[in-house]
Amino acid sequence: MPTSVPISWYLILSAILFGLGVAGFIYRRNIITVFMSIELMLNAVNLTFITFSYTLKKVDGHIFSFFVMVVAAAEAAVGLAIILTVFKNRETLMIDDISSMKY
Amino acid sequence: MPASFTPTAIDYLRFLPEILMIVAGTLIMVMQPLLGDNKRTAFSSVTLVGFIAALVAAVAANDYPGLSFSNMLIVDGFATFFRVLVIGVGIFTVLSSSEYLRREHAASAEYYALLLFSVAGQCVMATANELIMIFIGLEISSIATYILAGYLRDDKRNNEAALKYFLLGSFATAFLLYGIAWIYGTTGSTNLADIRSFLMTGGGARNLTLAGTAAALMFVGFAFKVSAAPFQIWAPDVYQGAPAPVTLFMSAGPKAAAFAVFMRVFIVAFGPITNRWEPFVWSSALLTMVIGNFAALAQTNIKRLLAYSSIAHAGYVMVAIAAHNQVGVAAAMFYLAAYAFMNIGAFAVITHFSRQGEKYVNVDDLAGLGWKQPATAALFSIFLLSLIGVPLTGGFFGKFYIFKAALDANLVWLSILGLLNSAVAAYYYLRIIVVMYMHEPGVSTLTLEPLSPGIRTTLWAAALGTLILGIFPSLLLNFATNSSALVK
Repeated sequence: MPTSVPISWYLILSAILFGLGVAGFIYRRNIITVFMSIELMLNAVNLTFITFSYTLKKVDGHIFSFFVMVVAAAEAAVGLAIILTVFKNRETLMIDDISSMKY
Repeated sequence: MPASFTPTAIDYLRFLPEILMIVAGTLIMVMQPLLGDNKRTAFSSVTLVGFIAALVAAVAANDYPGLSFSNMLIVDGFATFFRVLVIGVGIFTVLSSSEYLRREHAASAEYYALLLFSVAGQCVMATANELIMIFIGLEISSIATYILAGYLRDDKRNNEAALKYFLLGSFATAFLLYGIAWIYGTTGSTNLADIRSFLMTGGGARNLTLAGTAAALMFVGFAFKVSAAPFQIWAPDVYQGAPAPVTLFMSAGPKAAAFAVFMRVFIVAFGPITNRWEPFVWSSALLTMVIGNFAALAQTNIKRLLAYSSIAHAGYVMVAIAAHNQVGVAAAMFYLAAYAFMNIGAFAVITHFSRQGEKYVNVDDLAGLGWKQPATAALFSIFLLSLIGVPLTGGFFGKFYIFKAALDANLVWLSILGLLNSAVAAYYYLRIIVVMYMHEPGVSTLTLEPLSPGIRTTLWAAALGTLILGIFPSLLLNFATNSSALVK
């Protein structure tokens, strides 16, 4: 095999992506961007699974990442529908405006 | 894993409860366009039949314990206990929802279908023996519950509850998955028993540290789902904003199932590295009890008050998990069952009392309920006394067994602080009883209509359950003790 990218790089990349997702979730104010940050975290998880699956020479990790993708798609459908109803009722997508129940 | 995989008849028998609920849910979705939205009774009866059939199947499957579908699922006493518990919660939810849905002019078919799917997901969680199944079960349950939390889609509070539940729930799932990915990379398996045997034989300090980190990530995911501190922030808003019968469901069903997987993962798979996870479960348990109880003191909205109380109760169960012994598992099982009864009862009263648009949800609105509807108020008082942990109610023995388990595990300080917390909790529960019996009835109480049959059944059954667990605790505790050996 020609010189390839070391495995640890993939893991570091996925950790950075996951961290970016967490940061985006916490600091972003637009609901759509917050939702995209969650998707970024899930994709970081997929990358980790694939990397480990490749190193371990086992197929379980690949299967798991397929499940993650399917569930992420289902979540996206439900999530966007929820975001849509919020927008219809309030005409805003800024997370700070959605706080009618703050005590 | 075998190359050719054909499930046997016994595999299907062990998985029958989930199959029945999915079939019933799909049937309702097919019936809805054929019958139209007005056949509410038809939908609720199909749901009830589905739940009861699943309950029977779950009990029957207990006679055929063992692993199923290439070790993906496990049917044992622990799984059966939680299956029966979540299906029971489902039945009570159906009984207390029908009046609410009619009152709010909401379509009922999708509601019942989602309820069936959610409970099916919780049953998968209860039987899961594999991190993949845990993830799938958790998501089936969660996605259906996200929709239920925002079921009345023109209601602003419902929207907000659904949005917050969805965003924080998915965030938590991502943490759980990242933890699973790392445990897979460290141990090379997603099977709980295989992970355990890998960690038992060691694999070096580096692997154990990695497994500990993965356990911490998975803990974040589970703590979100069971609303344990410091990840409890979503719970008050979601419980307050969601429709009252959905809050009834959320605070009992998904929570019990999440605790079931929490215990199975941490005690079976991470059993060998207990010393690494015990400190953070310990501190989270304490923090959860303190935050839940002290924040509840200041609440005026009764749904929000009970949300904080539900956080505090999650803290008590975490004490039992921190004890990580067999007594602790049995105590947690008993407590979750007792908690389901008293919480369902309390939220059923709120469902009845809140009226259309959930107008009356403040503690002061309950003034004089003891004079207007003595039976409702008396039953509500039973649930509140049980939530405090007064003797002769299920809540008392639940707390008793939990702190006994904690003392067995030498968690003396945690037990003392936990007991002090229960004393604080007495204040805000008793305040509700005082308002019901000692204040002059207002317009909210005087316009109250009689109980609907569904809610009446729920209230009496839940009260009966609470009292039976308080007077004959051994009925349930024996079963819990016999099935609490998670590691065979």
